[in-house]
Amino acid sequence: MIPIGLFRTIPISLEQGLAYGLVALGIVITFRILAFPDLTVDGSFPLGAAVVSRLIIEGVSPIYGICMAIICGFLAGCCTGLLNTKLKINSLLAGILMMTMLYSVNLRIMGRSNIQLLTVNTLLTPLENLDINRFVPIITFFFIAVFAIKFLTDMFFNTQIGFAMRATGDNEQMIRTLGVNTDHMTIIGIGISNAFVSLSGALVAQDQGFSDVGMGIGMIVAGLASIIIGEALFGKKTVQRMTLAAIVGSIIYKLIISLGLRLGLAPTDLKMATGVMVILALGIPALRKEKEGKLHLRGV
Amino acid sequence: MIRLEKVTKTFSKGTIDEKVAINGLSLHVEKGDFITVIGSNGAGKTTFLNLTSGTFRPDEGDIFIDGSNVTHLPEHRRAKYLGRIFQDPLMGTAASMTIEENLAMADLRGKRRGLRWGVSKSLREHYRHILSVLELGLETRLKDTVSLLSGGQRQSLTLLMVTLTLPKLLLLDEHTAALDPKTAQRVIGLTKKIVEKNNLTTIMVTHNMQQAIKYGNRMIMLHEGKIQFDIQGEEKAALTVEEVVRRFGAELKDEALLV
Repeated sequence: MIPIGLFRTIPISLEQGLAYGLVALGIVITFRILAFPDLTVDGSFPLGAAVVSRLIIEGVSPIYGICMAIICGFLAGCCTGLLNTKLKINSLLAGILMMTMLYSVNLRIMGRSNIQLLTVNTLLTPLENLDINRFVPIITFFFIAVFAIKFLTDMFFNTQIGFAMRATGDNEQMIRTLGVNTDHMTIIGIGISNAFVSLSGALVAQDQGFSDVGMGIGMIVAGLASIIIGEALFGKKTVQRMTLAAIVGSIIYKLIISLGLRLGLAPTDLKMATGVMVILALGIPALRKEKEGKLHLRGV
Repeated sequence: MIRLEKVTKTFSKGTIDEKVAINGLSLHVEKGDFITVIGSNGAGKTTFLNLTSGTFRPDEGDIFIDGSNVTHLPEHRRAKYLGRIFQDPLMGTAASMTIEENLAMADLRGKRRGLRWGVSKSLREHYRHILSVLELGLETRLKDTVSLLSGGQRQSLTLLMVTLTLPKLLLLDEHTAALDPKTAQRVIGLTKKIVEKNNLTTIMVTHNMQQAIKYGNRMIMLHEGKIQFDIQGEEKAALTVEEVVRRFGAELKDEALLV
């Protein structure tokens, strides 16, 4: 029974895993590369959904809506960076502040707490109207989009500026003495991260056919769970591996979740299960007194 | 070439913990000088380096490099003038990045960074060549992350990184103090070699009196945030530990200095 169940959940897990994979990719940039525990994510994910949904129902083209979602996400991330670097607000608190304020912003953007997109044309509508199983074109689209962004990210982190950004997370003092403004690196890095998260929100909203102001709750924990799963497979030695780990981890995470649901896990208990998963993954190395597994984070 | 004029820095001003770390210190460093700085704990050695490198700004006084006033330039904007090595070997390199990536970052000290590849094929060859100078076998390990290196290897790499694009002033902050004696000896030897070869203007803070006497053309002793003595030229060359103790023994409360 389980193998058949597993088989049936593969397409939907692939689709969702890829769509949410950009959230994990964004979290890799902040938590792993910049060593900045950014909690803006829970607000920037619905931000992307809100922006794209509102623009689409106003009759704007989905492509333009997605571009706006990316820009808004970038700016939201930059604000968190500014709160931390310029106003010296603790990194966790800066993220919580932005996340909370974005809740109001998202409601303002949507004008109500949720928007239906089932009756309007989205970016994915042409793909869904093709005369084949909808999973084929949709999964292909997400696969190409997500991996294209992954490769661009890998390339960026191998440029001169990319090196400086990685060094900012690794050894801030050192790269500052080499003439890099680490505040700028932090602000831009968090911006890029949230641009990815917001893009993910924009795509997910169109994929599921609605956006809801509460759709970002627990996004960081789910993203962290994805990263932890992926890193168990691919490690985190290079940027390429970390980004791959995020995407594959996200797919496996969705697979585990849908399997759990099939086996009788109540949807309301999902966040509890995810949280426990993260606690175990982060906590076991500490109990074993291993130094390796410890998260290195700045600005806390 | 480097001038500090009546520089003062007080920590925790106006509180019960008020501490005058540097008290009206003036110093003129000539081009090509290799100055060793000694002083007991709390004499202001590290504060002196931090002020020079711009980690923080002085309360009073001015700092000039090549005639331009850099007193209010933040650390990252002074980078093009300065190279600095810290006591902790972990501080000079990014552990999660590879040897060649660290070198490439150092290569761009104080320069604009763009979206070009961080390491190119020709740069890689160049790094392989200069790494062979260290004679540590690092030239075959360009793609190893720095976290795999020992403290001594990391400090040697840091030294190479700092001098990759020659700074106007090299600041050494007890950079051999955390290493075992043998490695420390090798790193100090390498320092001497690089400084002499490039005629680098250098300020080396040290806790080791013998090191301070043996290296450099000028020696400064800091005491309570002021320059206690400043010996240079032939007088410096003829200096011995015994003589320093005889002349300044009263201030040398810190036993460690006499090791």
